[in-house]
Amino acid sequence: MKSTAQEVSAVTAAATALDVARVRADFPILQTRVHGKPLAYLDNAATCQKPRAVIECESRYYETLNANIHRGVHDLSQRATDAYEAARSKTRQFLNARSDKEIVFTRGTTESINLVAQSYGRANLRAGDEVIVSTMEHHSNIVPWQMICEQTGAVLRVVPITDEGELDLEAYRGMLGARTKIVAIAHVSNVLGTINPVREMIAQAHAAGAVVLVDGAQSAPHLVVDMQALDCDFFALSSHKLYGPTGIGVLYGKQALLEAMPPYQGGGSMISRVSFAKTTYAPVPQKFEAGTPHIAGTIAFGAALDYVNSVGLDAIAAHEHSLLDYATQRAQSVPGLRIIGTARAKVGVFSFVVDGIHAHDLGTILDHEGVAIRAGHHCAMPLMERYGVAATARASFAAYNTREEVDALFNGIERARKLFGRAN
Amino acid sequence: MSDLRELYQEVIFDHNRRPRNFGKLASANRTAEGFNALCGDRLTLYLEIADDKIHNVMFEGSGCAISTASASLLTETLKGKSLEEAEALFQGFHKMVTEDDAPVPEGMGKLTVLAGVREFPARVKCATLSWHTLQAALHGEHAPVSTE
Repeated sequence: MKSTAQEVSAVTAAATALDVARVRADFPILQTRVHGKPLAYLDNAATCQKPRAVIECESRYYETLNANIHRGVHDLSQRATDAYEAARSKTRQFLNARSDKEIVFTRGTTESINLVAQSYGRANLRAGDEVIVSTMEHHSNIVPWQMICEQTGAVLRVVPITDEGELDLEAYRGMLGARTKIVAIAHVSNVLGTINPVREMIAQAHAAGAVVLVDGAQSAPHLVVDMQALDCDFFALSSHKLYGPTGIGVLYGKQALLEAMPPYQGGGSMISRVSFAKTTYAPVPQKFEAGTPHIAGTIAFGAALDYVNSVGLDAIAAHEHSLLDYATQRAQSVPGLRIIGTARAKVGVFSFVVDGIHAHDLGTILDHEGVAIRAGHHCAMPLMERYGVAATARASFAAYNTREEVDALFNGIERARKLFGRAN
Repeated sequence: MSDLRELYQEVIFDHNRRPRNFGKLASANRTAEGFNALCGDRLTLYLEIADDKIHNVMFEGSGCAISTASASLLTETLKGKSLEEAEALFQGFHKMVTEDDAPVPEGMGKLTVLAGVREFPARVKCATLSWHTLQAALHGEHAPVSTE
């Protein structure tokens, strides 16, 4: 079994050269100018841009295929259903799940986590049980667990991190015990970029009898994720960070777990038979898909997965990693710049603070150079507190970013330092 | 096109580097907190008020250059003003930073260095945080104020 760090270096070494110019030509929005400058879009961890294939897939659906699914006897409805279910199969392949039944479509990572907390959590947590999360979680992998802990009397425990931004695995092992029922952990931190060693953590949690939810919002766009190899119980991801539309997400769950769980929402599509005396539910995954879903978006998400596969996730990862290395190296020569998150295994997420310049001022000044970054707490306020900062600036890379855009970022930082009297 | 220099004037850098009336005011009889959770900007405003007049005002907190400079300028401007004058300044300031085409209201004094904020919609909340916190302090509201 390879460690995460080995996997990353293997990916970097593979470096199947990615043709950036060709990739960029697939993304219409990259032609946009901002404040008269070419757009350098470095806010990909928030949401990434969409290739033409995805945009066209969604509009083609409305032009040629639109009908409700899973209920019509007419031809269009059948074809829409087939296309929707084909997206499920593509997702299953992308994640290497065992069965399409393990793929539930949701509105996004947030809804996927809430579903597990409210369905699995409500059915299985008792007062005194423990749920483990970590300091580096996004609010969407904290608040749903706080809510279910409040409802059930379970206790939330938090794995600390090192100054570099790596999980304290010894502390984690010490927390695991008979009371541990659920471990909910980010595969990749949205602020630090840290790739957590989830495979080992899952094995350890299983040994303690706990189930594991992996928040894959930031890993699925950058790493090959394999449900069978990871052996996680649940995995959540968002389409919009993976070149697909907003409003679509995935919950992977092991089939036996999903089958044993009560429904999350009631309504149409999720039932087998309804009467006022007793309603029986549809089999998984329909049991968890009440109401008419975002059909067009789901099908377009399938197109996004096709796109990622055609470029190659390994090539994307290697490309992003070379941009991260370049940014990290350039940062060394900027006085007063501190990188937040220096873990050994990272994806292309580059968070930083600059002495005497607040992240929001940096964000505004960079915006004037056409450089779009995120500035703020990144929905990770406990993590900001851990580092003693109110906010960070964050550049995050995708397949279409270039070294020139990293240069534009550093030119903007230099501009900000001059404006703020921090440079000559 | 909006110019960065209109937003970041020298006076703003000066107040950001050396905020005036910064610290806790021991004699305060009104306080309020402002907190923009998304930005992380946070401030506490202390006011000493007697006979419908602001005798002293100080602030503590941390934030971006715009919110820090705005709070600092607020304290300088308000010292010695009547509550009525403070209310008029709040209204004028709000108009100045939010209304794109309106002329800058008269009597704003050095607060006019913040007029450039109107060209930067994303930063209006930074400039107005201290002013909305002032309103909360004057009207005895206890929940932290946000302009997000």
